[in-house]
Amino acid sequence: MAATPATPTPANRPTIVVVGHGMVAQRFLEALAEGGTTARARIVVFGEEPRPAYDRVRLTSYFSGSTPEDLSMVGDGFLERHGIELRLGTPVASIDTAARTVAAEDGQVLAYDTLVLATGSYPFVPPVPGSTTRGCFVYRTIEDLLAIEEYAKGARVGAVVGGGLLGLEAAGALKGLGLETHIVEFAPRLMPVQVDEGGGAALLRTVEGMGLKVHTGVGTQEITAGDAGTVEAMLLSDGSALATDLVVFSAGVRPRDQLARDAGLAVGERGGIVVDEQCRTSDPDVFAIGECALAADGRVYGLVAPGYEMAETAAAALAGEAASFTGADLSTKLKLLGVDVASFGDAHGTTGGCLDVVYSDSRSGLYKKLVVGADGTLLGGILVGDAEQYGTLRAFTGSTPPVSAEQLVLPAGAGAPAALGPAALPDEAVVCSCHNVTKGAVRGAVAEHGCTSVPEVKKCTRAGTGCGSCVKVLGQLVNAELEASGVEIDTGLCGCFGQTRQELYEIVRALRLTSYRRLLDGYGRESARGGNGCEVCKPAVGSIIASLAPTIGASGYVLEGEQAALQDTNDHFLANLQRNGSYSVVPRIPGGEITPEKLIVIGEVAREFGLYTKITGGQRIDLFGARVDQLPQIWGRLVDAGFESGHAYGKALRTVKSCVGETWCRYGVQDSVRMAIDLELRYRGLRSPHKLKSAVSGCQRECAEAQSKDFGVIATAKGWNLYVGGNGGATPRHADLLAQDLGDEELVRLIDRFLMFYIRTADRLERTSAWLERIEGGLDHVRDVVVRDSLGICAELESLMADHVAGYRDEWAETLDDPERLMRFVSFVNAPGVPDPTVRFVPERDQVKPDLPLLTIRPLDDALEGTAQR
Amino acid sequence: MTLAPDKPLAPADAELQLRLDGAWLALCPLARLTPGRGVAALLPGGRQAALFLDRDGVPYAIDNRDPFTGARVLSRGLVGTAEGRPFVASPLLKQRFDLATGHCLDEDGVAVRAYEVRLHRG
Ligand code: SRM
Ligand SMILES: Cc1cc2nc3c(=O)[nH]c(=O)nc-3n(C[C@H](O)[C@H](O)[C@H](O)COP(=O)(O)OP(=O)(O)OC[C@H]3O[C@@H](n4cnc5c(N)ncnc54)[C@H](O)[C@@H]3O)c2cc1C
Ligand code: SF4
Ligand code: FES
Repeated sequence: MAATPATPTPANRPTIVVVGHGMVAQRFLEALAEGGTTARARIVVFGEEPRPAYDRVRLTSYFSGSTPEDLSMVGDGFLERHGIELRLGTPVASIDTAARTVAAEDGQVLAYDTLVLATGSYPFVPPVPGSTTRGCFVYRTIEDLLAIEEYAKGARVGAVVGGGLLGLEAAGALKGLGLETHIVEFAPRLMPVQVDEGGGAALLRTVEGMGLKVHTGVGTQEITAGDAGTVEAMLLSDGSALATDLVVFSAGVRPRDQLARDAGLAVGERGGIVVDEQCRTSDPDVFAIGECALAADGRVYGLVAPGYEMAETAAAALAGEAASFTGADLSTKLKLLGVDVASFGDAHGTTGGCLDVVYSDSRSGLYKKLVVGADGTLLGGILVGDAEQYGTLRAFTGSTPPVSAEQLVLPAGAGAPAALGPAALPDEAVVCSCHNVTKGAVRGAVAEHGCTSVPEVKKCTRAGTGCGSCVKVLGQLVNAELEASGVEIDTGLCGCFGQTRQELYEIVRALRLTSYRRLLDGYGRESARGGNGCEVCKPAVGSIIASLAPTIGASGYVLEGEQAALQDTNDHFLANLQRNGSYSVVPRIPGGEITPEKLIVIGEVAREFGLYTKITGGQRIDLFGARVDQLPQIWGRLVDAGFESGHAYGKALRTVKSCVGETWCRYGVQDSVRMAIDLELRYRGLRSPHKLKSAVSGCQRECAEAQSKDFGVIATAKGWNLYVGGNGGATPRHADLLAQDLGDEELVRLIDRFLMFYIRTADRLERTSAWLERIEGGLDHVRDVVVRDSLGICAELESLMADHVAGYRDEWAETLDDPERLMRFVSFVNAPGVPDPTVRFVPERDQVKPDLPLLTIRPLDDALEGTAQR
Repeated sequence: MTLAPDKPLAPADAELQLRLDGAWLALCPLARLTPGRGVAALLPGGRQAALFLDRDGVPYAIDNRDPFTGARVLSRGLVGTAEGRPFVASPLLKQRFDLATGHCLDEDGVAVRAYEVRLHRG
């Protein structure tokens, strides 16, 4: 068989060597694969770090629960599929451009045809005496974070040198680790590169308001060590000393150009490997991309988006296509700290003849500035305190917005016009600057590639998969495009109702409707009015009426009148149905704390009724195998002993798990058991769109697994951190940090609001995790609503919860008190004393299990089945 | 679909009867049933029937055995309307059964026995 020239043999395949496996290198590899170069060349990557490329931009999210694996940027099987050889933990020590070889530190030498340098930057550590003392760190790699986390366990105070973007991020992280945190910034304001004086003042107020201590206009002169040889204090240029246990340097980064320098490649005066518009260095066989490169416009870019553009440019050059990188935008938006800060375009107004439009309200920490050209084009801007418009404004940069700049800076409610939506953007506007995706491309993804949701569009265009700051605008665009293309998505709850659960909630609340029938006959789909409803909407409406009961004047008792007909069988019998028709019994054990006396009662009841007993995953005890007619007797005993319903059957609060906490545990910093009990008693019986779970841990070690809960609480030295949207189950999700260092009252207030906002806006059977992912604006929006009260509804949410708490009654105690209700708990309506003969048990491991074979026996005259007609 | 009154047509002391082997068998007073829900009844020979009232107070009866699991639980399902006909959804795996014919709406060829019922004024 003749050799096909299209498939190069190993001998004639060129070798491309990449130095560094960071974000930009990975993007370069992806671009090579997309362009088919991986099939034609051998590709070898040397990485200094012990792990493949990860998302450095989201580095800090490690502290809010992302694992190093979550942060990985290398798709499963990507390297194998494209035959890319990755040598981790293998730094390159030198390059010989004449011999065209690289030598690694471990001695291996490899010949290249093309060399690509993607070595990134290193954090700059100012040359102050003592800067290498134990306790000094930088903030760049996962390894740095692991080291800081470990060291912080034995520390109380931390100081960050540098009040720029990264410094604030690092400070937020230290604070999250429970340290008293200081920021030392040489410039007269925070984030001097991004914001001007006015913006700095607003930012300072907010940052200080969060409990961080800021020292501006002072330099660090020396780090002093204590007797143990570890950091003890920082001496500042104003003569003062700042006692601290830990120092993080975040005073800027410098390009890693030493390899290139040693190899004789041209480097800039202030660092950076000189490259042309195709990202070629002074040696045409060597490219440099990302933060290590000094681009053709004379700048070194410290952001990921320009690095990605360079990666694609170099990959195109290698594939023989035309592309060039001539410069990029420096827009940034601060994540994490909970302060909205954004700057984009020509934020400082350096363009000749430009004008500023400023709105400033230091009372509420708000500062907005837009820089406008003489002809009215938007050139750039700074937003502090409210960066809601960032995505849209950034996309408008370079064009004339349809609304005047004066109107754009006014806050909502102060005479601002209807918000400037992304609908007004031109198709060329770049919506996602991380991946350079235009509005036109997003519309195309919907119109031509059939995407019908944000996740699909993300996959198709990569928009929104970088820093995430454009996701909000993305959502608005996708919806607008879907609507425009006439896709009519029936968002109705079921065949009976055209409304969503949220809309039904609002109808029930506003009209104080306490009857399902009135809701169905008045607001159901035409075809469903007057009917019996269905198994989807009945429990959903039952839950809405139950969670609003005290407020709309319905009975809080779920088996009252018509409500009884709406409940799923579990709610109807206040127990969980098992496979053979028996039920399980789960008494509430708040926080998992139980007295020996109560344990004995449970044991006695189980023994007497022959129930299978098991400790659940929710820190309580489940008794299985009760016949429906035994439930009242069993519960009679339990209620007498002081137990209540555990609502294991309801879409309601399940458990608030706890760890033993500071009372006993040597690490505990708060009484987690008390808090868990308080929370469980407060929210017990609360009906919601899906079940609700919670946990409270006594310290960062997190023995109660609070970050896997709908709302989780972790103790800090100063109070409590509140996490929301966690989930175990089928699609596990780590919870997001909503607020930090809360006092008891503040914690409860935020949870009240969070839960009521969720109950109000979630879909049926939508856990908080899915809701948080779906709801427009995501976590930021929820934080705005429940922490900052941006919708002005917090007072109402709190009062709804207060109504719930005041109106709570134990369902089992109420049921036992009412002979009429008890009549329901019989196996047969015409033979009340007779137990169901098909509910039987057989022994297993000293207890019982359902006799399932018994159920396969069909009644004798069952031959009639299937032919029955009336 | 007619908009029938929500009040049951029969007085509360009317008796629910089921036709078995050509004879009417008395089961319970109407008051023991809640519109939209069911109860189970034990029949001679050990069979079980699931009795229901729809929202208009019209009674139905089908066999109580869920053919998908074997458990006698259909009486504990939720009542609904699909295409104008009343059904019950099994509380275990949620398959729906037509209350008038016993036919499963979610899987062809599966059915449970349906019984004739009436309300008898004593
Ligand atoms: C009894 C228990 C298992 C055990 O033996 O430990 C259990 C048993 C059931 N779980 Fe669970 N889950 C139990 C802890 C958990 C946990 C662990 C936890 O809570 O810490 C989880 C993962 C955490 C979470 O929910 O995020 C869990 C995730 C699920 C899920 C998946 C939820 C999800 O969002 O993906 C379901 C299905 C559902 O709710 O739709 C489920 C559903 C069920 C149901 C109700 C299934 C059903 O409809 O019949 C089981 C019936 C129990 C019964 O008949 O009494 N169970 N279940 C645990 C009861 C805890 C308690 O005291 O209330
Ligand atoms: C905490 C933090 C937050 C950030 N937030 C943002 C943000 O919000 N927006 C934004 O745009 N940017 C942000 N950045 C900057 C962004 O991470 C960088 O711009 C981006 O990582 C640059 O990619 P790179 O591939 O050029 O460099 P890097 O990701 O640093 O990768 C370079 C890799 O090369 C390796 N290497 C170096 N020398 C050698 C050698 N001789 N041999 C082998 N390997 C070597 C290094 O170990 C490193 O793994 C942030 C950075 C940090 C640290
Ligand atoms: S979370 Fe902390 S306080 Fe609680 S048991 Fe674990 S180590 Fe102790
Ligand atoms: S702008 Fe960063 S992900 Fe789109």
